[in-house]
Amino acid sequence: MAQVKDYTEIVSKSVIDELFAIGEKAGSMKIQHVNSTAVGGGVAEILTRLVPMMNELGVQTRWDVIKGGEKFFSITKKVHNALHGVAETFTDDEWAHFVEVDRENARAMNFENDVVFIHDPQPIGLVEERTHLDNKWVWRCHIDFSEPRENVWLFLKDFIERFDGAVFSAPAFSRPLSTRQFLIAPSIDPLSDKNRDLEEEYVQSVFNRFKIDLKRPIITQISRFDYLKDPVGVIKAYKLVKRYIDCQLVLAGGGATDDPEGEKVLAEVKEAAEGDKDIFVLLLPPSSDLEINALQKGSTVVLQKSLREGFGLTVAEALWKGKPVIASAVGGIPLQIKHKYSGILTHSIEGTAYWMKQLINEPVFARELGRNGKEHVRQSFLITRHLRDYLLLSLSLYHDKDIVYL
Amino acid sequence: MEFTPFEFKSRLILTEMLGKRAATLPELTDEIRTVPLSSIYHHTHRFLQQHHFLSPEPPNDFAYWVTNMLNEEVAGEMLASIDIMQFVRLSDLRMRFLELLEGYLKGAKHKVGGRCPEGEEFHFMSSRIFVVSTGRVAGTVEEFKEILKTISIHAIYFHMFEAKLRLEKGDNDFSIWLRSAGKEKEAEQISRLDPYTFTLEGLRERLLKIVPNS
Repeated sequence: MAQVKDYTEIVSKSVIDELFAIGEKAGSMKIQHVNSTAVGGGVAEILTRLVPMMNELGVQTRWDVIKGGEKFFSITKKVHNALHGVAETFTDDEWAHFVEVDRENARAMNFENDVVFIHDPQPIGLVEERTHLDNKWVWRCHIDFSEPRENVWLFLKDFIERFDGAVFSAPAFSRPLSTRQFLIAPSIDPLSDKNRDLEEEYVQSVFNRFKIDLKRPIITQISRFDYLKDPVGVIKAYKLVKRYIDCQLVLAGGGATDDPEGEKVLAEVKEAAEGDKDIFVLLLPPSSDLEINALQKGSTVVLQKSLREGFGLTVAEALWKGKPVIASAVGGIPLQIKHKYSGILTHSIEGTAYWMKQLINEPVFARELGRNGKEHVRQSFLITRHLRDYLLLSLSLYHDKDIVYL
Repeated sequence: MEFTPFEFKSRLILTEMLGKRAATLPELTDEIRTVPLSSIYHHTHRFLQQHHFLSPEPPNDFAYWVTNMLNEEVAGEMLASIDIMQFVRLSDLRMRFLELLEGYLKGAKHKVGGRCPEGEEFHFMSSRIFVVSTGRVAGTVEEFKEILKTISIHAIYFHMFEAKLRLEKGDNDFSIWLRSAGKEKEAEQISRLDPYTFTLEGLRERLLKIVPNS
């Protein structure tokens, strides 16, 4: 696993020095993270990397996972859906069960640390324990929180306001709350298989394996087969471009097989793609990080034409590879792309098609977008920035002033 | 001549969200009136922090939002043209925004209460600043110039922007120190630079041209 110093060449020595300096200041602190799963999903993925890095910087950091049965996780799944705006109903028994499972977990855990980070709604009830302790608690929300359903919002708000701070990934997720709110965007790991440098030969081999022609322009969207990612809209945009430019379209994603809706979307995508041998619909297994990396790296233009998006880290991944990206102005995407500066933001199929043509025909402009986008990701969306923000947040909880001299 | 050595510091930022948003020009005006001064600083300097490597980005968040989300181009241009260099106190800068916005709201010949598109509201934020030592100290002007060549741009940012307006020292740290070192002319030249019109790397180059070799 990569060490903090391994990022020096990517982010500069001064950034790494700053991290060690903050680590030294925070070195006497003990930090605890709690979430609901040790493997799978974005939260576990980021904690797997961040927890060892925090320890490496000298900040004692532990990570605990709550336990819950099928009933608990079916309730928390509904909570998750309701936060995304889906109408869900909850019985009093379900709310009581949610709280009781968190209480059972709390009884089995030790929270004697300076800062306790509770990730997402599942373990939110653990905050009841803080009344016995003299430490700081932070609720870290990784979910799109822009339009939560009222019933779930009221339930969660009661807990959120017992924390010293709440952390959201985008400004649109901020809400009127009596507790302080912080903005910490998610991040990508530039040394992971999904984002690290690849040999040119390997990239070629992946395209060869899928029989995609590297000599002609390639437009790619990487995302699971989901209506919210609008893969059929992508095909429509591609067809508008295809009238003028001999290009190819790659739609690559995974994880749809156990999801009935995913299978339906995939079937619709295949139907829309039928008869065009230049459309490649690739259903990839979960362990395809290197292939996805190569597909992004070898593409002419990368799309993320989502109708709705949490943060949309696939955009940061493509920008990090210096690619010109065309993406919808939804969720966290406008934080990653400034229109015509670090990428292109669109609102329609026609607009997406128009910019696809422009970027294929104007490679100098496209390269400029990609270059700016990569620098923006380097500054704002790499794991080193994420690590720094967690440490600064932990320190800030013990300082009242706006300007803190460390 | 005796003078205190110059300690290069840097700053790190943590962004706080105030949970306040505006969808119209009157709402924006009302919130600007009451948000903490650290929020005024955040929204007038965020562009610099985000894009300081690539191009000078003079407009502030308010101007950008009013122009692009409300399509109020005249008001947007007025807000973008506020000369931040002229201000040494954030409270005065806030007043200037309010004067312009209130004047525009009163004088506009068209209806100005229009809402921005859904999801494009202005979200008020502020930044908490952590000042850290870089461990680099200059005892002479020569050493100062040498360190300036390689110091992180965050340090240049801290001493040029934050010192003057956020810490309300009235001038940038480099000019204050060079003056104490007897380099009055060079200190004045740096004071008169408008750092908002440079990228930070461009600003470094300009500073290196001004600072004498000894």
